[in-house]
Amino acid sequence: MLQVKRVEKSYAKGGIFSKERQQVLNRVTFDCREGECLGIIGESGSGKSTLGRLILGIEKPDSGSVLFDGKKLKKSLSKSGIISVVFQNYKSSINPFFTVQQAIMEPMEITSRNTMESRKKVVWLLNQVGLPSSYLNKYPHELSGGEVQRVCIARAISTEPKCIILDEAISSLDVSIQTQILELLKRLKDTHNISYLFITHDIQSAAYICDRIIIFKNGQIEEIVKTENLKNTQSAYAKQLLKSLMIY
Amino acid sequence: MRFLKSLFKDKLAASSLVVILAVIIIGVFAPVFAPHDPLEVNISKKYAGSSWEYLLGTDQLGRCVLSRLIYGIRPSILWVMAALMLSVLIGAVLGFIAGYFKGKVDALIMRVCDIMLSFPGYVMPIAFVGIFGVGLENILIAFIIMKWAWFTRVIRTSVMQYTELEYIQFAKAAGVNHFKIIRRHLIPVTLADIAVISSSSVCSMILQISGFSFLGLGVQAPAPEWGMMLNEARSVMFTRPELMLAPGIAIITVVFAFNFLSDSLQTIFDPKLMKSKKIRTEKVEA
Ligand SMILES: Nc1ncnc2c1ncn2[C@@H]1O[C@H](COP(=O)(O)OP(=O)(O)OP(=O)(O)O)[C@@H](O)[C@H]1O
Ligand SMILES: [Mg+2]
Repeated sequence: MLQVKRVEKSYAKGGIFSKERQQVLNRVTFDCREGECLGIIGESGSGKSTLGRLILGIEKPDSGSVLFDGKKLKKSLSKSGIISVVFQNYKSSINPFFTVQQAIMEPMEITSRNTMESRKKVVWLLNQVGLPSSYLNKYPHELSGGEVQRVCIARAISTEPKCIILDEAISSLDVSIQTQILELLKRLKDTHNISYLFITHDIQSAAYICDRIIIFKNGQIEEIVKTENLKNTQSAYAKQLLKSLMIY
Repeated sequence: MRFLKSLFKDKLAASSLVVILAVIIIGVFAPVFAPHDPLEVNISKKYAGSSWEYLLGTDQLGRCVLSRLIYGIRPSILWVMAALMLSVLIGAVLGFIAGYFKGKVDALIMRVCDIMLSFPGYVMPIAFVGIFGVGLENILIAFIIMKWAWFTRVIRTSVMQYTELEYIQFAKAAGVNHFKIIRRHLIPVTLADIAVISSSSVCSMILQISGFSFLGLGVQAPAPEWGMMLNEARSVMFTRPELMLAPGIAIITVVFAFNFLSDSLQTIFDPKLMKSKKIRTEKVEA
């Protein structure tokens, strides 16, 4: 369904007169099937978030392309409502001046004009992510981190996307809340048939929710493994991650 | 509304605002409030002390000090504020463009700002006055030309920092148009910064304009202006100190009011900061 083909990206390093560039992504190629959860694991600074931004279309790749159903779309995938995103930092994921309702309505307003209908949908969406409708008029600073992340998930699914990029969406939550959100994500995946790009550096949660896992290093794909075969992974980074898991 | 409510909870901020508003109103309606014509010369009554007719006495030409003080609000405060607003407006527009769209536009605007900012602050107005002649207008124009670059710089930095925030990234990704993103997401959060920047720099501008008038480069006699009133009172500083006190206290009061207000605005505008302030005071009490 979603195909990433030989995507490359580099950023200018130093001042405006410097020609030096830092290669952040190097010929990244993979595909994500419908309803699949694809994990992307890599060290900090390996370019995972950059990859996420390229797929969303906030930034353009230097070369290579992001295809949907084999076609290159005119508008970016996120603007066409095919892909949505949940970010890591829940503290700044919602405009502090917006209520929960305004936040969730924002992406919906672009596609539909009917505000009455959307209002009903917001309540429904809140229920989907396990929040009562009394949360409609709360401000983000009145919510806990887990609740904000639930609202963000509701906002992400509001446009009925085919795929959601979860960029460390649960990493800054504490462990018990993490499992709750993972459960929620799993349930939503089954009921709505959404695929996930689950970006993380926590191999445990990736193993819990993902069907396949991409091991990412220095802007390159080291290996793509099925979660069942994670034990037999070849790449050094994954082995190291697994080893640190064994200690627990 | 929430803004006004929290403003009035803060006593100091509220009273500063009241002072500033009162000064502005008195300045705008100066003919209503002033007991005399500020230019009316009455040599026979010169250096009169305070009386019912002349509440603050008269100056070396027998003009009513209170009336001159009231009319002096116009050049000293109102025109300064207008000049400030204009430069903030220019700075905001350019700052938003540079900070939001980045890239080449940003580089271009920033280089122009660099050029403007490389002139030392006092040289430009003096050079301007040297070319176009003395007068308040020329000083104000020179100020606008000088200051917009600085405001652009500061506002751009603030905008840039906010565009990195996740909710703006999300809005961009979802395809909300740029104009809407700026209006809904950026202006409300940067407004706090802009208010704080402009309210704190209004003080330095008031002082500088008064300074120029004190030096005789700004407002020309006989028009009343606070800085010039100070200058005129200088010669009788020891025999009639009250002539210096009136404009001096007026300047100090207004500058203080703006300073206090700018301090409080910072906390008031930010819902998160306000919460942390509450927590902080609770901690102190505990
Ligand atoms: N806009 C940018 N301009 C310049 N360099 C950038 C930019 N965005 C990212 N980079 C660089 O690209 C590299 C990869 O960043 P990225 O955020 O994708 O890493 P990441 O894998 O998501 O790390 P983390 O796990 O810490 O989130 C970093 O070295 C960063 O400095
Ligand atoms: Mg990242």
